[in-house]
Amino acid sequence: MGPLKRTREVIFYFCRNGKCEEVKAFEWDTVASALLAAGYKIFRYSDKYCEPRSVFCAIGLCNSCIMVVDGQPNVRTCITPVRDGMNVEVPQ
Amino acid sequence: MEIEYDVVVVGSGPAGLSATAEVLRRGFRRVLVVDENPLPGGQLFKQIHKFFGSREHYAGMRGFRIGERLLNEVEKLGGTISLRTSVIGTSYEGEIKTLWLSNPERGVSKVRVRKLIVATGAKENVIAFPGWTLPGVMGAGAVQTLVNIYRVLPGRRVLMAGSGNVGLIVSYQLLQAGAELVAIVEILPRIGGWAVHAAKILRMGVPIMLSTTIREVRGREWVEKAVVWRVGRDGKPVAGSEVEFDVDLVCLAVGLSPNVELTRMLGCEHLHLRALGGWTPLHDEKMETSLKGVYVCGDVAGVEEASVAIEEGKLAGIGASCELLSREELNTLVEESWRRLDELRSGPFGEPRKEAKKLILKEFKQRVRGRGIGG
Amino acid sequence: MNTEEPIGVNVIGVPTDEEFWKCPGVPSLERMKKGPVAVIECFQEIPCNVCELACPRGAIKVGHPITNLPVLDENRCVGCKLCISACPGLAIFVVDLSSDEAKVSLPYEMLPVPKVGEEVEVLDRRGRFLTKGRVVEVLYVDRFDKTFVVTVSLPKEYALHARNVKVAKRGER
Repeated sequence: MGPLKRTREVIFYFCRNGKCEEVKAFEWDTVASALLAAGYKIFRYSDKYCEPRSVFCAIGLCNSCIMVVDGQPNVRTCITPVRDGMNVEVPQ
Repeated sequence: MEIEYDVVVVGSGPAGLSATAEVLRRGFRRVLVVDENPLPGGQLFKQIHKFFGSREHYAGMRGFRIGERLLNEVEKLGGTISLRTSVIGTSYEGEIKTLWLSNPERGVSKVRVRKLIVATGAKENVIAFPGWTLPGVMGAGAVQTLVNIYRVLPGRRVLMAGSGNVGLIVSYQLLQAGAELVAIVEILPRIGGWAVHAAKILRMGVPIMLSTTIREVRGREWVEKAVVWRVGRDGKPVAGSEVEFDVDLVCLAVGLSPNVELTRMLGCEHLHLRALGGWTPLHDEKMETSLKGVYVCGDVAGVEEASVAIEEGKLAGIGASCELLSREELNTLVEESWRRLDELRSGPFGEPRKEAKKLILKEFKQRVRGRGIGG
Repeated sequence: MNTEEPIGVNVIGVPTDEEFWKCPGVPSLERMKKGPVAVIECFQEIPCNVCELACPRGAIKVGHPITNLPVLDENRCVGCKLCISACPGLAIFVVDLSSDEAKVSLPYEMLPVPKVGEEVEVLDRRGRFLTKGRVVEVLYVDRFDKTFVVTVSLPKEYALHARNVKVAKRGER
């Protein structure tokens, strides 16, 4: 595939239980790819049994990877490009 | 505010891009391509292996390079692609179709069009077993997207379920990315994909366990262990045949199903054909569905291959341009396209799909033309 | 040989001896002893004719329909190795049994790429260790598009089974 395109870096925030951490990403990352690359593997917990959820289909069709992005719930992180200052929360 | 277009293409994968290039070439000007993904090209850009087929179908080229070519062609012809745009609703008044589009920046907009080409592709199937919802269990296509496009390896010790071409190819690509494949499990007593794809990974020492399926997957918050077991001739699992693996990624490569939500919404007629991946819309030789002015192409019209998607896209583009062509030109182009499609579907692997497509055309004639509806 | 192990191209992807020698892309043993020659391990009818287009001497014929198995003209083939990198299935090898040590050329798409002179582990079609071998040539031009062609010398008796090499872990990269 050729060398990694180390282009512009983007910084966004991963928030869990009220605490936020800075995450570095490339401008071509999606929220999901950046989180996985940074080691944040669990994106949410299921409604009924509080089971951990992460990426499943990676192309916006299964809704497994949804998180709260900039206050908006149910955002499919696998097809959402990252942006500087973006706020990504594990839904409560 | 409503905008009117000559042609709207839904999906910018190989079929959609090919169809777009064709309608632009034939002379349509107001052409809109929409895709709900942030990048165009569908699944083509994550295909890093060299393609088979004939020179006309880009054989020998790596998938993503074919994608680049198609994209350049569309751009050169003046086409633009509206990304992150989903079709959220449709209605139909005589020949005019109205589409409601949603985009995160522009919000909801309405579009009117006479010719609609649906190229929405297919989605991965799932098999359920205890632990299947655990993070770390992903579709094989998902892993391919993450590794080849986003350069993220979601795990280092992988179990692959399914030995069809997708399972075999993704396994090879995982090896190239530095992962270890503990095994490929296949429920049938023989591999599902081509021998050459299996040979590439067998020579790397990856075991392919036939007549074997996943029993369960365990882990606290992410996959940690996978247990597989043998399946007897009667299809029942054999107790005592369990083998446990330490893994941190389980890939499911168990088939694809056409994304028919849009064609269902529009009210097109469908047929269920195993050889094509399940429910798929009926169409005629010009790829027109039971709804006049609605065309389909690519995996949504039957899960096949990228080369078929490219050819069907071209055919749908020709079909949609029918009024811009003479009857003679149209018939010649359609005939040539089916000749190429027949060649792509030849051999023992293509035969079931060739037969399935014949059934679709036959069923279309009976159900649609027979009732005097449609083209 | 493990009798329980599945074999057969349509079963597991590894040819039986019969399937191997019956294949029109496989040359005679006699020809292999004369010098380098292509061995096209393409056993299934798949629509593909890239090898036919890649051979500069017209030694490979597929024709129409393109699902035909490639037929090798062993007398036209000189073992130039151009077909090795062209085959999308990585199914073509070049075997040379004309000297004391055999030489097998194979397609390679993993990192790190073997270096000339390096000792490597030679593996069979199931990835099992056969013998140690030495890399005598590594070919690459842009046209090969990321597929390297590696030639390894090894004892003759393994030449018909040698289909992969494993590079020993290096100290630093």
